[in-house]
Amino acid sequence: MIHKITIPLYHEEVAPRFDMATEVLILILSKGNIIEEEKTIILPRSSADDLCHLMLAEKTNTLICGAIEEEYYQFLKWKKIAVYDSIAGNWSRAFHCWNKNILKSGY
Amino acid sequence: MITLPHPFIKNLLTAPLDFTHLLDEIPMGVLILDTHRRVVFLNRAFEALSGFSPSMAYGIQCYNILRGAACISNCPVLSIKDDNRAVFCETDMINLNRQRIPIRMTTAPILDDNFNITGFIETIGNIRLSQKIDREKSVAYSFANIIGRSPQMEKIFQTLPILAQSDVSILITGETGTGKDLVAEAIHQTSGRESGPFIKINCGALPETLLESEIFGHQKGAFTGAVENKPGRFKLAHNGTIFLTEIGDLPLSLQVKLLTFLDDKIIYPLGSTKGFKANVRIIAATHRNMEQMVALGRFRKDLLFRLNVARIHLPPLREREGDIRLLIDHFFNSYKQQLDKKINGFSKETLMVLLNYKYEGNIRELKNIVEYAINVSTNPTIELHHLPSYLLESSHSIESGQSEIEKQTLKNDNTATAADSLFNPKNNLTTPETWSSIQREIIIEALKIRQQKFWGGEEALYGEK
Repeated sequence: MIHKITIPLYHEEVAPRFDMATEVLILILSKGNIIEEEKTIILPRSSADDLCHLMLAEKTNTLICGAIEEEYYQFLKWKKIAVYDSIAGNWSRAFHCWNKNILKSGY
Repeated sequence: MITLPHPFIKNLLTAPLDFTHLLDEIPMGVLILDTHRRVVFLNRAFEALSGFSPSMAYGIQCYNILRGAACISNCPVLSIKDDNRAVFCETDMINLNRQRIPIRMTTAPILDDNFNITGFIETIGNIRLSQKIDREKSVAYSFANIIGRSPQMEKIFQTLPILAQSDVSILITGETGTGKDLVAEAIHQTSGRESGPFIKINCGALPETLLESEIFGHQKGAFTGAVENKPGRFKLAHNGTIFLTEIGDLPLSLQVKLLTFLDDKIIYPLGSTKGFKANVRIIAATHRNMEQMVALGRFRKDLLFRLNVARIHLPPLREREGDIRLLIDHFFNSYKQQLDKKINGFSKETLMVLLNYKYEGNIRELKNIVEYAINVSTNPTIELHHLPSYLLESSHSIESGQSEIEKQTLKNDNTATAADSLFNPKNNLTTPETWSSIQREIIIEALKIRQQKFWGGEEALYGEK
């Protein structure tokens, strides 16, 4: 494992709201950014605090999400997690863009 | 790059109506969706609220643009499908600036001739300010969410509603942490422009080139990277209020542009020759001494005159008699409730320290101290050791006589008086009694101040923050 990406989900899409997500996809990447493992975690309730805690426990490197409040954004940045926010659409497309280094917050 | 359709409404009036222009004049956010819940149109008020431009949002699912809590938990569009009636709800959204905004939204279907659904219309209103005011209504000695019962604040509370009802430009001055932003918001909320947008620009936060495009907007192709038209904050604040905070940091070149706007009320986006007549009320705020900045050539005198139609000076907390106790109680109750702590109050010694401390950061500092103490305290009473340590260090110097600030203030007062006496031609300083009353070091300090006044200097300008 060289990199871990967390994507809160809403069906097959990136969840529009970070704090409202109850399903989280964790991608574990190996060398060459190839997906080594994909795991989905179902949370008992939606909570931005719980999600942050989960990411720290999972030692996530990157977060791809929709709308996120400034407070949580700054906290995660401070914890050295790269945050790509305001991302909309299918998660695999978002991952593809990240892999190609063309993913930008707000797109 | 998406080319957006330019729709018209025909057969309503004699000439076809520009649909975009019609909806842009509505002071409430409007979103128009197709049957698949994809955004086909959004108006200027929604752009101001969400941060998304029409070209960014076109064709995207509405829940990715509105980003409301209700969109995910109970989508209003899906719930109107059967009975074709409008749905109303109160929820919150997170905008592109990562701010959570409470909103009131109404979703209604758009029907064709045969009463079939052809799309949806959503109207979105910002209820953040009205919610805040409702919550604070029960608090005595307050205006909107500003609290105080000192004579200085009472005078301000009497003036604020009158100023709010007028449409004049207002300049708010005061040290950092005195509540300039709150006053600006309260003025907007109690004015006739309440339903319009309240747009805040921090003039000191962005570099000059970016600031110009941010404030006045730009035309597509005006510079490298300008791939689409940007309306600018003034256009977004149309029929509302624009709040220019840290106006003292506005670069001189933009001061000229702002001056032109204040004269003719027309904004010219960067690279455009076509102007836009904006109906905007201006509120500016600064912690700087504007008269001194004008004297040093850092701020245009004519712009100051135009902004300074009405001035509100917020006194520092140390000058507000009796307000420290009121604010301590207010923040204590508010944080106790928020953090769900079972704390009864402060011990006598703690209260003494809090009441005697000179709050250089004003209300912001007091608020942070109370929040810290409540967070740290595990006892039913907040004791001295629950306060931030720097507060206790300062309290020792109070006990030992004068605090550092008091000493400094006394010294400054003496120096200022000496400076006045020295350079006042009416004063006769030839008598030995007069000279002996002024200490040597004070005279040197006074000469330094005089020198700075004439030749300018960073200390003279930025001395007080």
